[in-house]
Amino acid sequence: MDQIPIFTLGEVLLVSIQVDLEDQLAMRLQEDLSERIVATGARAVIIDISALDIVDSFIGRMLSTIASISRVLDAETVVVGMRPAVAITLVELGLSLKGVRTALTVEHGLRMLNGTPSLALGGPREAGYGDGDGYGDADSTGDSPAPDAGSRAALPRPVSD
Amino acid sequence: MDIGTTTQFAGLLRDHRDELLKRWTANAGTGLRGRLAEAELARQIRELYDALRGTVVTEGELTLDSPAAVELRAVLGELSRQRALHGFTATETAISVFALKEAVLGVLDAGESGSLRLFVAVSQFVDELGLFTFEAYSRTREALIAEQAEQLLELSTPVVKLWDGVVAVPLVGTLDSARAQVVMERLLQTLVDTGSPYAIIDITGVPAVDTQVAQHILKTVVAARLMGADCVISGIRPQIAQTIVALGIEFGDIVTKASLADALMHTLRAGGFELNRRAVRRD
Amino acid sequence: MALADSGGDVEALPITADEDVVRVRQLVRSRAVAAKLSLIDQTKLVTAASELARNTLVHGGGGRAEVSTVTNGRRNGIRVHFADDGPGIADLDLAMTDGYTSGTGMGLGLSGARRLVDEFDIDTGPGAGTRVTVTKWSR
Repeated sequence: MDQIPIFTLGEVLLVSIQVDLEDQLAMRLQEDLSERIVATGARAVIIDISALDIVDSFIGRMLSTIASISRVLDAETVVVGMRPAVAITLVELGLSLKGVRTALTVEHGLRMLNGTPSLALGGPREAGYGDGDGYGDADSTGDSPAPDAGSRAALPRPVSD
Repeated sequence: MDIGTTTQFAGLLRDHRDELLKRWTANAGTGLRGRLAEAELARQIRELYDALRGTVVTEGELTLDSPAAVELRAVLGELSRQRALHGFTATETAISVFALKEAVLGVLDAGESGSLRLFVAVSQFVDELGLFTFEAYSRTREALIAEQAEQLLELSTPVVKLWDGVVAVPLVGTLDSARAQVVMERLLQTLVDTGSPYAIIDITGVPAVDTQVAQHILKTVVAARLMGADCVISGIRPQIAQTIVALGIEFGDIVTKASLADALMHTLRAGGFELNRRAVRRD
Repeated sequence: MALADSGGDVEALPITADEDVVRVRQLVRSRAVAAKLSLIDQTKLVTAASELARNTLVHGGGGRAEVSTVTNGRRNGIRVHFADDGPGIADLDLAMTDGYTSGTGMGLGLSGARRLVDEFDIDTGPGAGTRVTVTKWSR
């Protein structure tokens, strides 16, 4: 494999990293993503790292750089699916993903981008809970206002150093 | 025990099986004060006796660490293990083994030449067996204690679901570094398993916090954020707040609330729960 | 370095290209799993190995890694040794400082790797190459 596939989900680009990242591959992804953001006019990028069993400083820097480039191109970046062991290691390593927003899963990431309340859908008596189909939810609320609307934007993100 | 004495001992075990078993069981029984059923004790002694006989007939010098004694060691080890698990003391277990001496004394013909020498040799060997049960006993207890400590750790750090998408760890008791680490790992794993974007760490039941524990809690919060979840810390006692400030620990932008209830309320609001209810009413 | 107690099961890998860093990670992971390190400890060790392997490649101009299983009687551990014949590090104290970077990483390579392992030894000097040995013990 010499390229990581990028999927288009409406106005969101979805990257799911499924291989042990070589440095060259990581650089290539960075370039590919910038081109695709411009070509598609995407407003957000979701990077799913749930398959990664480590994130070292190089991959961490790649994620931060992608977020910075996206911001310049008027798109938001959400990194989703970081494993607990990876998160604990990153904290110990002293690495904070500067400027990167995070979410538990792709579904949570889409909700965050759409400004959909993160608990409301999950409330005990709310209709539509539990279908687990984040993509459907995202489509049905696709006409939401700006991506960072909603109260989540006010929540603290990973501390920057 | 040299070969001559061993042969003599083997003869004794062969010729006086019933008598020795009877005496041994009776002597061992008084040491246990009736806490073990007679039939069970008789079975244990019979097993020991047969293993002993199997070891003693073998040629060569008699020691407990010889390859020939492997069966005897196994039976002794199992006896100690069983006794340890059923709450008998190491002394009681050893006494059961030492009771063999008196039994041997009972069947020895005092007039026969060499019987004193035989008894001293047997006595020495039985002491060896007794010491072995002591060691096996303490090994079992150590394993038991380690296992219980681990279970206690698990029990004392429950991660509970408060709401769909909100989990909480109510911490009770003194937090040491090891326990804080277990809490950290379990909480983060639960966030993934339940798909919860919110966590509350409630330390109402924690009497004191030192720098290291505070660091563990802070690292948990930062790790949770990297995973895409938000943590609220609730129930910080006045003394702990003073300690935190005195130690110069920076809580930064981490949300803290007085009580678990406040923390849940804050979390529901942050998660947009009320916001959505209003939206439903409008519909 | 102190590889005397490693029991003859040393596996060595050259580090001369990008994909070698990935290979070192995979080897360290499989040895850490075999030594029964916890998932967290595996992750910390593999991450440290990744940082150090990249240092060996980028700053040392390539070199080699040796992975061995060690024991101290009570616990098992994994020891990873990195060696290169590169320019070495002139100011070690500076290189070990958080945030110090020679331009390719986030400046956490050496200092970050040290925090992730139980034992960390470094032997370097100007023109003398660099040898780093790290050990992680099972808990």
